[in-house]
Amino acid sequence: MEVTTTWYLVLGAVLFTLGTVGVLTRRNPLVMFMCVELMLNAVTLTLVAFGAALGDLGGQVSVFFVLVVAAAEVVVGLAIIVAITRRRPGTTVDDLSVLGG
Amino acid sequence: MDAAVFLISAVVVLSGAVGVLLARNPIHAALFLVETLFGIAVLFILLDATFLAAVQVVVYAGAIVILFLFVIMLLGVDRADDLGIEPIAGQRPMAAVIGASLLGLTLTTLLISVNGPTGDAGPTAVLGNAETNTRLLGEALFTDHVFAVELTALLLTVAIVGAVVLARRISGPLQPLPGVAIAVANDQETEED
Repeated sequence: MEVTTTWYLVLGAVLFTLGTVGVLTRRNPLVMFMCVELMLNAVTLTLVAFGAALGDLGGQVSVFFVLVVAAAEVVVGLAIIVAITRRRPGTTVDDLSVLGG
Repeated sequence: MDAAVFLISAVVVLSGAVGVLLARNPIHAALFLVETLFGIAVLFILLDATFLAAVQVVVYAGAIVILFLFVIMLLGVDRADDLGIEPIAGQRPMAAVIGASLLGLTLTTLLISVNGPTGDAGPTAVLGNAETNTRLLGEALFTDHVFAVELTALLLTVAIVGAVVLARRISGPLQPLPGVAIAVANDQETEED
């Protein structure tokens, strides 16, 4: 049985959906962040699979930049979570409605 | 052989993702995230993207998840969440509906597009195999995409400075909450009027 691109795409779609459901249902900001990472990984898997299907290195180049941006995003996001939690311990995302944005 | 590796990795990836979703303790969620990331790295190797597989393990599992665990333990927020309560009425059924529709949408789009990619190949189109992957990727990054690589350096610098500024401990009296501050300011304005 040969592994085709379709297999990777289906796996990527399922993984992305799981990440979305996680962001929608979980209330702990850290766990929501991890679910965002799941979604990012689903997309990188899709990019690499498409790149392999087309014989183009561009998919892997894109994934390289996605990794860099994900690292920067995690650093800033976790700093924000640290700043909020230090001021108001045990906070959940629902409590952040006090920001009134 | 390939199919067996794919299926095992897929099970690892999906079980890790479900674990992140359902883990009550954030530390367990982070460990399940490592499981998923390793599964993705194996799939990268299966797709001959050996450099990205190594980077996936080093950067994601090695740096990002460690950062997560570090923050969890630093803040002491490793209390188990109570998954039984539903803060907004109907949130979980709605999330399930949205998830199901999203899955249908992405599957349809991806499966339509898999047989019909069109257009000419780009300048870096040579994919190579597992052995030449790292060299080709490096050549592409430092010739065709060199400006973007320099920009990522700037981005990382900005992110580090931003993280240091945000996580800095501010001395002095506690600031009032934003909503309170605005209310106080409004009261003062009405008094002046």
